[in-house]
Amino acid sequence: MHASWSQHLRLERFAGALLPLIAVAGALLIGAVVLVLLDKNPTEAYREMVAGAFTNKNGLADTFVKAIPLLLVGLGIVIAFRASVINIGAEGQLIVGALLATFLALELGERLPGFMVMIICLLGGSLVGAGWAAIPGYLKARLGVNEILSTIMMNQVAIQVGFYLLRGPMIDPEEIAAGTNIPHSARLPRTTDLPRFTDVAKGLGFTESARDLEMSGLSGELYGLLVEPTRLHLGLFIAIILAILVYIFLWRTTIGYRIRAVGLNPHASRYAGIRVPRYIILSMSLSGAFAGLAGALEIIGLHHRMFEPLAVSAGYGFSGIVVALFGKLHPLGVIPSSILFGGLLVGGDKMQRAVQVPQVFITALLGLIVLFVVSSEIWSQQRASRQTSEPAPPLEAEAEATA
Amino acid sequence: MNEGLSVLAILIGIFHSGLRLATPYLYAAIGETFAQRSGVLNLGVEGIMLMGAFSGFYVTFKTGNLLLGLLAAAAVGALMGLAMAFISVTMKAEQGISGIGLYLFGLGASSLLFKTVLGTVEGVRGFPELNFCLASLGGDSSFCLNQIPVIGPIFFKHSVLVYGAFALVPVAWWVLNKTTWGLSIRAVGQNPQAADSLGVSVARVRYFTVSLGGLLAGIAGASLSISLLNIFQEGMTNGQGFIAVALVYFGSWTPVGVLAGALLFSLINALQLWVQVLGLEIPSDVAVMLPYLLTIIALAFPFKRALQPAALTKPFQRGES
Repeated sequence: MHASWSQHLRLERFAGALLPLIAVAGALLIGAVVLVLLDKNPTEAYREMVAGAFTNKNGLADTFVKAIPLLLVGLGIVIAFRASVINIGAEGQLIVGALLATFLALELGERLPGFMVMIICLLGGSLVGAGWAAIPGYLKARLGVNEILSTIMMNQVAIQVGFYLLRGPMIDPEEIAAGTNIPHSARLPRTTDLPRFTDVAKGLGFTESARDLEMSGLSGELYGLLVEPTRLHLGLFIAIILAILVYIFLWRTTIGYRIRAVGLNPHASRYAGIRVPRYIILSMSLSGAFAGLAGALEIIGLHHRMFEPLAVSAGYGFSGIVVALFGKLHPLGVIPSSILFGGLLVGGDKMQRAVQVPQVFITALLGLIVLFVVSSEIWSQQRASRQTSEPAPPLEAEAEATA
Repeated sequence: MNEGLSVLAILIGIFHSGLRLATPYLYAAIGETFAQRSGVLNLGVEGIMLMGAFSGFYVTFKTGNLLLGLLAAAAVGALMGLAMAFISVTMKAEQGISGIGLYLFGLGASSLLFKTVLGTVEGVRGFPELNFCLASLGGDSSFCLNQIPVIGPIFFKHSVLVYGAFALVPVAWWVLNKTTWGLSIRAVGQNPQAADSLGVSVARVRYFTVSLGGLLAGIAGASLSISLLNIFQEGMTNGQGFIAVALVYFGSWTPVGVLAGALLFSLINALQLWVQVLGLEIPSDVAVMLPYLLTIIALAFPFKRALQPAALTKPFQRGES
């Protein structure tokens, strides 16, 4: 009897993990119908997508490069979500992080050692992102302002701040000299470039390419990914380490516990002595810090200069939400999720070139995936309500135990 | 500063553009008022507006018939509203996130359709300005209302969609406050359990309001593409759908409050445009920022928050209290 019950539980948990996959399959299916209506071959389009993103070293490198901001933004959204705060403002937080990192690298790049400037840029980006997010966090906690709306407005403000700075104080002097006045900053000093995988491999003494070693097929591509010149930078390590730290933070520390308690039941949390407004502001600020860090990393790891705000944020603020949802709002689940969606974005680009399906197809697909995932929640909720028939431990007692 | 324009002409210009620019806000925000009064927060208005703008533009471009275009925009909007109703009422999904999903879908789908079926930016002849003229007896000269000084150029040089938007406000007020339907909508948003026990179908009311909100959001999009601007561009709504949702909060969930908010916003927008036209020494980026900053400040005003429908964003489950 007992055995069959636990077996039943395991089966349900398995089904729960499967739901997002089914949701993506549903969205891809609708996408296929749309492709047919547009006179495109869906199997060919999807094959190009997967092949472009996952089967060669350049595609893989781009996939991981896009996974870095997605993972960081996704982690931030997970933290906010755990406190029942919805952060749609990652786009703006990423932009202000990128702007400050650019400014710091340009100002300090020539004066301080490169690695110090990099650290300052990353810290500065996180801090300004946190500050940018703290505003809607404060407005929600103290004045009850809907954070979805305020963060969306903050995004627009950040975009305009970016344009203002890039057309004025931060514009590349060469653009003024040439009279073209394209709104972008100067290239950052090369000492501030975050090392790429290939730089590290060279430092470790791996100098031969896959062809030199007569490697081919998948192992050749993987070796090439790690050793040969690609755009893949060390931000990937930073992001993955942070994902593990966020997991520890949320599930193994008192502050993390309180954030989750506030999200699960703010009223019970208040009676347990948790200052709910403070934890709402904290979770929103942490969320913004991750988005700001993503912006700083995009600058020192990838672009090495700041340009049009929306081209730098590249919709990561929104696709990061999809990544977080697909990762079941779990810091470790977000790791594979970010790689999958990084691949989807890269694959969309390849698909556009191969079968002339505009890349905005991916945006529509992301929207469908969100709709499917949130709609499928009804089944996990029904399961949860069946399971809560046994009494749960009172929150106060648990709070005392952890405090 | 452009010396050729008198202060009066500039003021007339600002008020005239202000009334024009209020149009999309009014359609979208009045529609959203219905949805929110019944307890559903539809954050996907921006996406619906984009699809409405595209379908209205496309049908008008292909058939040359503005009414068909408007009808198409309304139908597509209602359909997307229906989808949102299914997701939030039947599937009981988190409304904030599903709205973002609907927005992404609308943004992607409208751009995809634009790129694949039209490809380039084309213009259409949109709804013309109406002439309110009284033919004078015997002569071929006639008197037109837009000849009245000041009042004429501000109020009587607009297309039918602009007047429709303003006419919607009293109609919405009447439906919400004076009809049985309105009572049901308010009851379902305030206390769905009580409404349910009195035999009002919570689901049916919410399906109706969210679909109606979608229909009006579709028209809001079309008002941009076939009346105000007469073009379609990717992402042309530029956050107006989100501002419309914010206006419902700002207007304390009443049509008249929404009207006040929409006018305030569109006047600020008009002012911002004229600042650019006149080439004043204010960076355009700062001017463009204004409406969004204002929205944040407006949302922070705590007055009348108590009027928020008690069941807003809460899916209804019979038997729960």
